[in-house]
Amino acid sequence: MFRTALRTVLAHKARLLMTVLAVMLGVAFVSGTLVFTNTISDAYQKSSAKGFDHVDVAIRPEGRKSTGDTLGKNPELTQSLLDKAAAVRGADSAVGVVGDFTAIADKDGKLIGGGFRTQGGNYWGTKDSRYPLVSGHAPQGANQVLIDSKTAERAGYKVGDTVRISIDGPVLTPEITGIFTTDDGNVAAGGSLALFDTATAQRLFHKTGAYDEIDVKAASGTSQIALRNALDEILPKDVASTITGKQLADDQAQQISDATSSMRTALLVFAGIALFVGTFIIANTFTMLVAQRTKELALLRAVGASRRQVTRSVLIEAFVVGAVAAVTGLVAGIGIGAGLRSVMSSFGGSVPDGPLVISPGTVASALVVGIVITMLAAWLPGRRAAKIPPVAAMSSIHAKATAKSLVVRNTIGSLFAGAGIATVLYATTLDSTDGQAPMGLGAMLLVIGVFVLTPLLSRPLIAAAAPLLRVFGISGKLARQNSVRNPRRTAATASALMIGLTLITGLTVMAGSLQAAIDKMASSAIQADYVVSMANGNMLSPDVEKTLRSTDGVTATSALRSAPSRIDGETEYLTGVNGATIGSLTDFTVKDGSFAIGGTRVVVDEDTAKSHHWSVGSRFTASFEEGRKQQLTVAGIYDSTEMMRGIMLDNATLSAHQSDPSDMQVMVKTSGGATSSVKNTLEKALGDNPAIQVQDKKDISNSVGQVFTMMLNMLYGLLAMAVIVAVLGVINTLAMSVFERSQEIGMLRAIGLDRRGIKRMVRLESLVISLFGGVLGIGLGVFFGWAAGELLGTKLATYQLVLPWGRMALFLLMAAAVGILAALWPARRAARMNMLAAIKSQ
Amino acid sequence: MTSTPLADRTTAVAARATDLSKIYGQGETQVVALDGVSVDFQQAQFTAIMGPSGSGKSTLMHCVAGLDSFSSGSVRIGDVELGSLKDKQLTKLRRDKIGFIFQAFNLLPTLTALENITLPMDIAGRKPDKTWLDTVIEMLGLSGRLGHRPSQLSGGQQQRVAVARALASKPEIIFGDEPTGNLDSRSGAEVLGFLRNSVRELGQTVVMVTHDPVAAAYADRVIFLADGRIVDEVYEPSADAVLDRMKRFDAKGRTS
Repeated sequence: MFRTALRTVLAHKARLLMTVLAVMLGVAFVSGTLVFTNTISDAYQKSSAKGFDHVDVAIRPEGRKSTGDTLGKNPELTQSLLDKAAAVRGADSAVGVVGDFTAIADKDGKLIGGGFRTQGGNYWGTKDSRYPLVSGHAPQGANQVLIDSKTAERAGYKVGDTVRISIDGPVLTPEITGIFTTDDGNVAAGGSLALFDTATAQRLFHKTGAYDEIDVKAASGTSQIALRNALDEILPKDVASTITGKQLADDQAQQISDATSSMRTALLVFAGIALFVGTFIIANTFTMLVAQRTKELALLRAVGASRRQVTRSVLIEAFVVGAVAAVTGLVAGIGIGAGLRSVMSSFGGSVPDGPLVISPGTVASALVVGIVITMLAAWLPGRRAAKIPPVAAMSSIHAKATAKSLVVRNTIGSLFAGAGIATVLYATTLDSTDGQAPMGLGAMLLVIGVFVLTPLLSRPLIAAAAPLLRVFGISGKLARQNSVRNPRRTAATASALMIGLTLITGLTVMAGSLQAAIDKMASSAIQADYVVSMANGNMLSPDVEKTLRSTDGVTATSALRSAPSRIDGETEYLTGVNGATIGSLTDFTVKDGSFAIGGTRVVVDEDTAKSHHWSVGSRFTASFEEGRKQQLTVAGIYDSTEMMRGIMLDNATLSAHQSDPSDMQVMVKTSGGATSSVKNTLEKALGDNPAIQVQDKKDISNSVGQVFTMMLNMLYGLLAMAVIVAVLGVINTLAMSVFERSQEIGMLRAIGLDRRGIKRMVRLESLVISLFGGVLGIGLGVFFGWAAGELLGTKLATYQLVLPWGRMALFLLMAAAVGILAALWPARRAARMNMLAAIKSQ
Repeated sequence: MTSTPLADRTTAVAARATDLSKIYGQGETQVVALDGVSVDFQQAQFTAIMGPSGSGKSTLMHCVAGLDSFSSGSVRIGDVELGSLKDKQLTKLRRDKIGFIFQAFNLLPTLTALENITLPMDIAGRKPDKTWLDTVIEMLGLSGRLGHRPSQLSGGQQQRVAVARALASKPEIIFGDEPTGNLDSRSGAEVLGFLRNSVRELGQTVVMVTHDPVAAAYADRVIFLADGRIVDEVYEPSADAVLDRMKRFDAKGRTS
């Protein structure tokens, strides 16, 4: 029996190729997703992993503690604290660490490392064991810097070069005095690291005389715990806390897995969908294969093979096909995983560098999907084939689908779909956290329901296309009738396309609506032409505003600052603005009083006013970080937006309380408005600093929406694969149809339908099936997009449904293209069919 | 056996084959299916082509009907020479000038009886001649069945629909390939009766391939083929006469 099965596999090469291809794509889809997921999460993990070899105990500052009306100071890790720590019993040495965002420009002035994960720090003393030098010597003063060897290599820097660096706005041009190697994961992932001497680093990172962390190394023979206990004894509790190196490593591991878990879940959902579609196409192919071979299998039965032998021969065939396809699919999947990553990074997504990860799990899944699913998928049709009595099978070309079982099918489908719709609708009434699970469940039920119902839906939906097809005369008429002839098969074919399009339409609807909401949010109440900020959201030096103010064409600027204060026993963050210009840069709706900021007069938003029971004219006292208090008067109450809220006061008033003021961003209004030449002028004025971004409203909403755009692009990549799978499915169906109807086609040719007419008939059938799947998918997608939006809308006030008609039309067009493309070969085959053989075949 | 020379009877010829040959393969594996066949099919005449299996009778019909290509010689339908036609023109010729009746009925299961009958006109994008269509439907007794699908019709009824389809477009000539091969004798007789009536009453030209002497007896003329050559013909045959001839070829075949 095995030999017979093997022979059958080999005897039909074209069919074999089709099947292997279908299974292979399913496997590739799954393994590609897994490779991609593993690679990304592994790279993220490595990027945040730092060696803890040089840390036995880390000392970290405690958080700010405020009591009553006085705002507590931020505890600082001072030099004296470090000296104390280094002198403790069991300590070998102590290193002070300070660092923050630091941008390094390459030789063309472009930022290296994509805007985040570019770090700066301090080089400890003359020889820092954390950073072994490859060449050069330790830096001294603000004009000397070390850079890591990877960055040096990438940008072509060597010792003696000057490099453009920016930390909080102004451009520094220190000389590179040395190049070091590091095990810092950021650098391995594609970031950069620049090191200054400790005093310079403290000044540049606004930490004069203090450290972010003190790393203490234990003397040999002292355990980490013992050292920690010793340190705890001497350190003031309210200033610093200690943590062992081991604990740091454990915490970090936990943190990383928390951070990557949501992404992993999302990608696994994709793998699940991939698996589903893959399984489905495999089952579909085998059903057709077995149907096509009914005669052959019946012959085996007639000559004495038992039912079980027939089923087994089908299964053996499935095993061979599955094994071949699993291996090739795995290879293709690895390629796809690698491709996805590069696609993602080329779309501007920051994907950390790292080796491609092919885990045993991936390999196992590929084999399971390929072999087990193929065999499972083949088992049912195989059994069906074995049940057909030999004589019955011999007399007709294929077994006819019975209408009877469709009744059961339709009932089940209706139940599922109904339950799905109800659950989704119920979920939309919940808030965004509680609603997620029922929404997911409902979506799944509905998809399964529609999936089961497609044969029923095919008739009315395809009948709706009749007027369009009538244009194509007899070919159109025949195509329409052929497409509903075997509703199950049509449905199965259309479903492959449906799933992909449901997914992509739903996400496009959601992303479009979100983007619109963000646009609205970003631009509401902002009158400024540009907002200038650091690329990574860090603080800007006040020098930046000064520079902008004196730039040609700039009519108004306002720095936005943030400062904590203590009001009525609560910590409130005050927003500092330029009182003289803020009126022309913003456009808030004033509820009461006037939008006048200056001196002690401030404006507050409605919510804050309400919670403090303030009205226009109310006075309150704010105590600031340095300890002094100031009385302020509410001049106006405004309507807050998503971007700005709270208490706004004049920067001049605020800076009296700040020792080292820095700005969150600077709003700029120009006489020329938001044009690219104005933007150029501003950028030039800021020294073409790669770390500073000058954004107009569109840029702002784009950068906020970038996450969605990136996700969508990745999904479009996955969709491309779903489309290929769908094309194969359609080809399969059509090839089958053409094969079954060879007699009819022969007759049509004989009585005068020319080759073009035949081709057109097959193409139109394909088109009808594809569009059917497309319409279903887009319809479902819009529904899911709407439902998900209802859920998200509870979080985002400006959210409202935006239907991307252009994209939807594009998707439909794509479905049509799938139909036409898939019909190419079957149509050709039908047109080339030998008329005489077709007529005579009986 | 005496036979009237073919040339004498060519008053109005619907189709003509001249020195028609069809050879498959090359060298040692070469098979001559038709070996210089010349034959005329007169208008308003019912011709049957007979012969043992492999005699080339089906091949002859296929070549004359424009379904198959030939190696040498010429075929004319009316005044059109088939040898020079491209597939597209040949298809158009079949559509407009030729009607077909197949052994397996070959109706489209998705179309109703009426839609099947008007299919050739639908393909051509022409409106059927209403009175003619009614006449044909009337004659074949299909008036009550027009809305039925093939699966709801008996074999005989299906073949009557096929005959109606062949007649509906008023072709110059109708070819039948074993039209009664799949029917019981009663239904077969009915269909053959209709075909003869269409020749007698409507002036149709019909050429039919068959191996059934009873069927051949309905024809005005029977042509006998053996080994790719026309070996005999009979006018106004009876079933016995045809059977008698057939037996003779068989015997000849065995002794030679």
